[in-house]
Amino acid sequence: MAAPKTLFDKIWDSHVVRRDADGTCLLYIDRHMVHEVTSAQAFEGLRLARREVRRPDATLLVCDHNVPTTDRGKPIADEDSRIQVETLENNAAEFGLPYFPLTDIRQGIVHIIGPEQGFTQPGMTIVCGDSHTATHGAFGALAFGVGTSEVEHVLATQTLIQKPAKNMRITVTGSPHPGVGAKDIILAIIGRIGTAGGTGHVIEYAGEAIEALSMEGRMTVCNMSIEGGARAGLVAPDETTIAYLKGRPMGPTEDEWDAAVAYWRSLPSDPGAAYDKEVTLSAADIEPLVTWGTSPEDVLPVTGAVPDPGTARDEAKRRSMQRALEYMGLTPGTRLSEIPIQTAFIGSCTNGRIEDLRAAAAIAKGRKVAEGVRALVVPGSGLVKKQAEDEGLDAVFTEAGFEWREPGCSMCLAMNPDKLAPGERAASTSNRNFEGRQGPGGRTHLMSPAMVAAAAINGHISDVREFD
Amino acid sequence: MDKFTTLTGVAAPLPMINVDTDKIIPAKWLKTIKRTGLGPALFEAIRYRPDGSEDSGFVLNKEPYRKAEFLVTGENFGCGSSREHAVWALHGFGIRCVIAPDFADIFYSNAFKNGILLIKLPQAEVDKLMEDAEKGENARLTVDLERQVVTRPDGEEIHFEIDAFRKHCLLNGLDDIALTLEKKTDIAAFEGSQKSATPWLYL
Repeated sequence: MAAPKTLFDKIWDSHVVRRDADGTCLLYIDRHMVHEVTSAQAFEGLRLARREVRRPDATLLVCDHNVPTTDRGKPIADEDSRIQVETLENNAAEFGLPYFPLTDIRQGIVHIIGPEQGFTQPGMTIVCGDSHTATHGAFGALAFGVGTSEVEHVLATQTLIQKPAKNMRITVTGSPHPGVGAKDIILAIIGRIGTAGGTGHVIEYAGEAIEALSMEGRMTVCNMSIEGGARAGLVAPDETTIAYLKGRPMGPTEDEWDAAVAYWRSLPSDPGAAYDKEVTLSAADIEPLVTWGTSPEDVLPVTGAVPDPGTARDEAKRRSMQRALEYMGLTPGTRLSEIPIQTAFIGSCTNGRIEDLRAAAAIAKGRKVAEGVRALVVPGSGLVKKQAEDEGLDAVFTEAGFEWREPGCSMCLAMNPDKLAPGERAASTSNRNFEGRQGPGGRTHLMSPAMVAAAAINGHISDVREFD
Repeated sequence: MDKFTTLTGVAAPLPMINVDTDKIIPAKWLKTIKRTGLGPALFEAIRYRPDGSEDSGFVLNKEPYRKAEFLVTGENFGCGSSREHAVWALHGFGIRCVIAPDFADIFYSNAFKNGILLIKLPQAEVDKLMEDAEKGENARLTVDLERQVVTRPDGEEIHFEIDAFRKHCLLNGLDDIALTLEKKTDIAAFEGSQKSATPWLYL
């Protein structure tokens, strides 16, 4: 009787092409998503070595990081951005690869379009030159980010040279209170384990609170696994997963469906499977959370106050907290709910899906964005945008004074026109609050979509539970 | 890829923890379609003043660290974004070896793909090397990859562990893709069985 295996073990073992004596494996990759920022040098490498892409059918290309979220009918104004986008388009044509151009309704943020299309499925190995590839783990896939050299390796060989990670399980028990959702759950987890808590591990998220999440909620949680140091995060596939996948364009055909579902049902971790690390949180203990500093681990309840560096565990951490407070322009003891914002951003691969927009719209409905606040809503794909418009969410946002934009990574990372000015403070549904992330000198506070909407309305970080 | 066997050079101290790849190279530099030319952009936000002039207080702007080939730094170096551009910027500047208590996973893989040696050592050993690095003109270290030893300016040797496969590739300057393509038949055989067992994976 073979030893019980975790979901990660099962996916890993079923993808090993070769295993060397020292444990280094050649791992087969089922799906490779490619965007314009991390692929140019990889395609150039293929070209110089006269190599082809081994599995065009398993590859999907899209532009998302550089694209403007307005004036899409015009050529891209920034020359470097335009060149990067054109380079990807030329590479798609030259190497014969599936590509969604900007004019295609299916275009959007790479980690939003893969699941929409059914390109992402349970049991797969999935990579992309982007650390938030972890998002796809929501489907019970082993999905992780790689650098450009590994992008080139996958294009040429459809494999990666890898050693297996360790298994970590994070169990979230019970149910969250109203006003608390998937974004708060993952921020709570990162606050608990720290930005290196998952290094060397893949995280399996388990427990009632995780199982109760929709696929979009699970994607939000898995998306930020990398901020906790784990290259990948997974949720076991279940009936919620199967229901989401039915009928998706790039998923199993009708003839293949039953066999695929049977395979997916075999994937969840075996009872008694061993994990190298286990952490448990109670969902009922989680409040709406915000980040105050320059690391995703700098998390506090919105009812809290800016911390004092004097409370740090050691000198290095104290220096780091002090630096963060100076960068963020915050004083210890200031109530988080008094911190004014100048910009509100709803979007990104973390929270750019229809449920995120619904949650924000529910807060925005019948209210107005505060004087002096710039508020953007960026749907994660053309399909999300269309669905939102069919539901009238765009009108809710624009009547409230939010700008309704075109799909792209937008203000998450300052590679396109949507940026913060130095010293400008934003409430953001994105995933990183590093120094300069949203623009040099930009000050980012991460939180959920409903919390960003609340902050936009009040003009300061606010407790969404105070809105009826 | 160049071989990495031994290296002797100046070590720059960067006593910060959780240095993320946005700090190592800001997003605007990711618009390049080349691997080269990023040396001047390394640590841009903390290396230059807003007007673009060098901040004379930043370590890499001071002698002898302007020619540093080693970087000694704090835990979780290279966390955050997977951008390999962070490694290219370090390489472009001239750094060939980084020493820290630990590194983020993706950054770790990326560095070895570009001939940069990352050495994980216990905090106490890193602290000694950080002190050495703060010695200005005497901040010279040697690393011998074959022997897995870092030698301090006073001659003390510190042993480090490293994965055998990564060591082998670095010592011999091996190209991963060429190595893997030698196993093409294994890959094709895998695809054959996978396609039979789970045909929906093949579009």
